Amino acid sequence: MMDIIGDLINFHLIPGIVLGSIYALGAIGLTLTFGILRFANFAHGEIMTLGAYFAWTLVQLTGWHPVAVMPIAMGLTVLVALGIDRGFYKPFRASPTIMLVIASFGMMLMVRSLVQLIWGVQIKTIMPGIQMPLVLFDWLRISPKHIIIVTSAVALMFAVHYLLTYTKIGKAMRAMSDSPELARLTGINTEAVIRATWIIGAALAAAAGALLALDTHIQTMMGFKLLLPVFAATILGGIGRPYGAVVGGLVIGLAEELSSYAWIGDTPLLNPGYKAGVAFAIMVAMLIWRPSGLFRGKVY
Amino acid sequence: MEQAYGNFLYIVTLLTAGGIYAILALGLNIQWGFTGLFNAGIAGFYAIGAYVSAILTTAPSVRHLGGYEMPYAVSFAAAMIVAGILAWGVGKICLRLRSDYLAIATIGIAEIFRLILKNETWATNGPRGVSQVPKPFESLPEPWNALAFLAMVLITVAVIYILLETARKSPWGRVMTAIRENEPAARAAGKNVARFRMEGFVVGCMLMALAGAFTAHNLKFIGPNVSDPLTATFLVWVMLVVGGSANNKGAILGAFLMWTVWSATELLTSRLPDDWAIRTAYIRIFLIGLVLQIVLQKFPRGILPEQRLTSPAKAPGATGKTVD
Amino acid sequence: MPTLELRNVVGGYGDTQILHGVTITVDPGEIVVIIGPNGAGKSTAIKAVFGLLNLSGGQVLLDGEDITNMPPEQVVRHGVCYVPQTANIFPSLTVEENLEMGAFVREDDFTPRLNEIYELFPPLKEKRRQAAGTLSGGQRQMVAMGKALMLEPRILLLDEPTAGLSPKFRGEIFSIVKTVHEAGTPILMVEQNAKQALRIADRGYVLVDGHNKYTGTGRELLDDSEVAVMFLGGAADGAKDKAGDGAA
Repeated sequence: MMDIIGDLINFHLIPGIVLGSIYALGAIGLTLTFGILRFANFAHGEIMTLGAYFAWTLVQLTGWHPVAVMPIAMGLTVLVALGIDRGFYKPFRASPTIMLVIASFGMMLMVRSLVQLIWGVQIKTIMPGIQMPLVLFDWLRISPKHIIIVTSAVALMFAVHYLLTYTKIGKAMRAMSDSPELARLTGINTEAVIRATWIIGAALAAAAGALLALDTHIQTMMGFKLLLPVFAATILGGIGRPYGAVVGGLVIGLAEELSSYAWIGDTPLLNPGYKAGVAFAIMVAMLIWRPSGLFRGKVY
Repeated sequence: MEQAYGNFLYIVTLLTAGGIYAILALGLNIQWGFTGLFNAGIAGFYAIGAYVSAILTTAPSVRHLGGYEMPYAVSFAAAMIVAGILAWGVGKICLRLRSDYLAIATIGIAEIFRLILKNETWATNGPRGVSQVPKPFESLPEPWNALAFLAMVLITVAVIYILLETARKSPWGRVMTAIRENEPAARAAGKNVARFRMEGFVVGCMLMALAGAFTAHNLKFIGPNVSDPLTATFLVWVMLVVGGSANNKGAILGAFLMWTVWSATELLTSRLPDDWAIRTAYIRIFLIGLVLQIVLQKFPRGILPEQRLTSPAKAPGATGKTVD
Repeated sequence: MPTLELRNVVGGYGDTQILHGVTITVDPGEIVVIIGPNGAGKSTAIKAVFGLLNLSGGQVLLDGEDITNMPPEQVVRHGVCYVPQTANIFPSLTVEENLEMGAFVREDDFTPRLNEIYELFPPLKEKRRQAAGTLSGGQRQMVAMGKALMLEPRILLLDEPTAGLSPKFRGEIFSIVKTVHEAGTPILMVEQNAKQALRIADRGYVLVDGHNKYTGTGRELLDDSEVAVMFLGGAADGAKDKAGDGAA
């Protein structure tokens, strides 16, 4: 009996929480840009990829633990994101939002090809060697890196919460998410809010990428693979709802990992090859049933 | 002499692929240029068309579904019908929401198709794909086989162009333009906006499937990763934006132009030593991406501007502040 | 010198011209009301002050300074605050956060001003930690106005503050407007409820089809029979029985 439960917890529940935390970080950033800048940023996945690759390079240069270099990787990624906004999104501030979507689609390919060019397409690991998991109560297996990932994610989420609730710029972000027109009429510095949105969004995305690198490995398509689940998490939680994004991320992560468990009989409920489809199915279901998401975000 | 013949065959190949991309661009033009929809899942419908046509025409095989050995007319039609049905499903869910959602959903759909094609190996032979796909006119001697195929593709492009131009100038086309430029007014005038959107979306996807079918027969092979699906989708978008959205001539022009650029740069860079050649592939994608951004910002109407039937108003790609 | 002056303002949205040479002045300490039929350009006139239109002719002057076509974010910093008719609060922010946002451009400690606003609108103090979107219509208007007042503006622009409110709340809003005015802020207000608005106004302008049609003191317009017939639903105020308030 313990075996079965242990199996479920060790190989499905815990990975689900870890993956869900990573998705949550990505989704918070995406929901903020979606809610404030009002467009679906297709390049968000590639920002996550950048975070991972920056972290890898920094680890190579310094020999530190990935989490130690993460802040620097986040900083570098933020600079790139701000540059992208300046050069490629800002010209479309007053245009129909579909132009931004197309520009971000193009950005997705530009960043990806740049990563492929600079770092090459071989799979990389950020931390060599295999860590032995800690074993508790004889059956619970938790890998130290899983603890690190979830703790880092939670810490970052608290930081975002603090920012949005207690700082002037955070409140301005929530205000602009409610109504950009009113924000402008109120005298809120909309460019400062937009900058802050990119900074937070890119920082969280970079962290998500670096943490995913820690969990698995680094390859140039990792951002694109994250894009669909992160979009699904954003829609599930409600666009413009950062707390919804956290819930959405966890739900999607858990759903993906739990879907390949042998709930009935011996074989996985869902062929693991279709894991990526779980997020998509949930997203479609939300769009049909309740496009505003669980926490009633925006519907455009 | 051999060199010239080699060049000649290369040009035939180039034009064939260009023509197939023209069909893709024309399909996307219905969706983007006329209806204002962002379809990021071109590769998905393209793949569906390719597989359906391949499976219906190949000889029996233990590795995948096959053995129907249908004539091409049937397999092409089937490809379009299957894609049409799937497009209808996708449209039913997403068309009532804004374009962003359709973009995300279509990328998702393309991924799901790819996963199905990869996983359901009993039908598709998984990653190894379906090979020995028959090719129209292949029994003819060289170079007539290639030329005949090229002719088929170009005639198809011409026929589609004529049909789309007729549609554009027809009442149907006018309603599409009206919806795109002033949806509330079109609705107020009693037009069933959802139905028109759906029609545009479905027809566009059917054309993309046809392009996929042509490709499967052209290459005599189709697999889930024949070309990086995202790059192919992206290329079609660049073709349309550069050539001129909402303009069928522009779509065709953009397709041939960008494909020539893409192909020629590939030819040039393939002469380089191996590890350089791979890197230049990424440089090429980066540069095409940059071209897209520049065109979007500076020349949003593309090379050939939209052919207007009535007075100028909001065209796709035109930047304009919406005042409420 | 008038606090605010629109001088022969011509403009509209895109290709449509709405204002065809409108002149409106607000003198220091006044409440000025703009009334007129739908489509007359009343709201457009206010938006013109706030830089939300492209004016092709005329001028907007604030205390003599030319602010024509100045973008909204700068107009705010010049001391003009605008309360739009709809979407005038941040629903997911608390009442207090809404007021804080109103003070965004201030660099000083605005707590004294915040307390003044709470004194002006006691229900807001009670509900300061509640999400503004959950308040009643009348209370939302208070938040919207309080927010605009956080900057201690030189003039307050109100666009149909009683739109969509029940008669009871309408009276409440008008008395609030009067209170705000008495506290020292000149007000330029567009109103559909012409009668009640004119009663608290110092002066009024009647706009029709983007033109000035009538102007006068609040009393004068209320007593004018032509204005009464067109906009006040019947006989002029002076000729009416004092017992009936009449529908506005």
